[in-house]
Amino acid sequence: MHLTDHDRALLSGDCGPAARMAMSIIVRMGEIQGATELLDISQAHIDSTIYMGEAGLEFAERLAKLGAKVAVPSSLNVSGLDECHWREWSVPEDWASKAQRQMVAYHSMGCVPTWTCAPYQTSMAPKFGQQIAWGESNAIVFANSVIGARTERYPDLLDICAAITARVPALGLHLTENRAGQLLIRLKDVPLAVQQDDAFYSVLGLLLGRLAGQRIPVIDGLEAVPAEDQLKALGAAAASSGAVALFHIVGVTPEAPTLDAAFQGRAPLEEHTITMQQLRDARRELTTAAGTKLDMVVLGSPHFSLAEFRQLAPLLEGKQRHQDVQFLVTTSRIMRDLAGQAGVLAPLEAFGARITVDTCVLATPMLPKSIKVLMTNSGKYAHYAPGLLSTQMVFGSMADCVDSAVQGRVVRDDSLWQM
Amino acid sequence: MADVMEGRVIVEGEAEGELLVSSQPLSFWGGYDHQTGEIIDRRHPLSGQIARGRILAIPNTVGSSTTTAVLLEAVRAGTAPAAFLTTCTDSFLALASIVAGEMYNRPIPIVALSLEQFKKLESGAHVTIGKAGTLLLNPGSRPAPAALLG
Repeated sequence: MHLTDHDRALLSGDCGPAARMAMSIIVRMGEIQGATELLDISQAHIDSTIYMGEAGLEFAERLAKLGAKVAVPSSLNVSGLDECHWREWSVPEDWASKAQRQMVAYHSMGCVPTWTCAPYQTSMAPKFGQQIAWGESNAIVFANSVIGARTERYPDLLDICAAITARVPALGLHLTENRAGQLLIRLKDVPLAVQQDDAFYSVLGLLLGRLAGQRIPVIDGLEAVPAEDQLKALGAAAASSGAVALFHIVGVTPEAPTLDAAFQGRAPLEEHTITMQQLRDARRELTTAAGTKLDMVVLGSPHFSLAEFRQLAPLLEGKQRHQDVQFLVTTSRIMRDLAGQAGVLAPLEAFGARITVDTCVLATPMLPKSIKVLMTNSGKYAHYAPGLLSTQMVFGSMADCVDSAVQGRVVRDDSLWQM
Repeated sequence: MADVMEGRVIVEGEAEGELLVSSQPLSFWGGYDHQTGEIIDRRHPLSGQIARGRILAIPNTVGSSTTTAVLLEAVRAGTAPAAFLTTCTDSFLALASIVAGEMYNRPIPIVALSLEQFKKLESGAHVTIGKAGTLLLNPGSRPAPAALLG
């Protein structure tokens, strides 16, 4: 692999021991992946912030102790702790102190404490064509697909190495020729009303991830104009059930003005059709709970946006949750503060909803054991919660989630899905 | 009689153990308990199996980029698979292995196989992996449960 003089300086320790450690990991990865050179990145998003246990903490603290500093603007993903409110939940003291040490370690490297899995909805969103190194599967797919920035799927631990060195292997989705669509996915007889529904995007994402695996799908035949949060839900689900890092939607996403442009003039490797029946089946699979018992509604994976707060507030207006069902929204401090300034938090408070920031129910042990059945409108929560939390899951629309919380049992309006 | 397979070394190393095979990819975040080594993705065919100390064969990883952090925890806790067999250069597995080498001097050997080779793998077989990526496979002493062949 060709290395520049600056690369060699990083590798030899001339720029300090932390840069040497980071660069040696970058170079070994480049060699394994068959890269011929490295390229510059101008921004990073660090997913290694999630506290998993001793090893991740030791890695972060070793880098911090070696004097690591990020060389490019670097936002931070969710951490293992809502730094200011964790005592209101079931987070053990020992976990909290270690998760906080991990937050401090990444903060000390000069990262921006955004603490969110939706950095693309903050002022740290990248630009079209910008070379970046992002971690967090949902953020990666959004940056590539919806914004047209360029990142590989950077795993935890590699993202911070890229941020410290500002160098990554020149391969994969950083290069134009590797961003062409590979699979053609056509929607068949999916009514416009379904295409306009939020849940459609989570369900479609789930199918997309399964069909595409690691390949780049191109969706053709979408008549609706999806909102930003709908594309967010689509990508998050596709990056959960599959390893999708980039999708194109003809006429919607920036690298797909036409079908031909999406495939860069090449022929699709495979063609698939998605029918209403497949969508119905996939939607059903997102629910693992039988019956109508419900303990908690949880919204906000990826983190709730200002637009989602604005969508939720009128649904809650004048209502109160049932005493047996908790109602939680997970978001970032930035979005919570913006929502407060926009005046849309008051209905949530009156309803009895709670807000958790910096983290989410999958990344911190905040839920008491008594919570056994969760309901969500998030394809990502629905996909991961049964394994990570051992809870039963119900998938429904935002309105279904609110209605269920009011009635104290699962209620869903399935009429749209019977079309 | 032992079968021999020549694989492509992704991360060099020697390992030996019982084979656990699935043709379905796995996300380690939400799919692997690093405290026990159990596969906990309840939608995965290997759900409930303990991969600790075994040779885990999956085509590739999927899902969360936290997969690498989970694997590093597993290496530190001694609950990681003894080696991986894949069908591609999976960057998540490779990175976890490299960092495990950097932090704990315990890289996990990874060998990539062709699809044809991968299809011949059966759960329960005893596998020895050599430094050059050569696999020796001996049939297991007990038949693999049908549920594991998916």
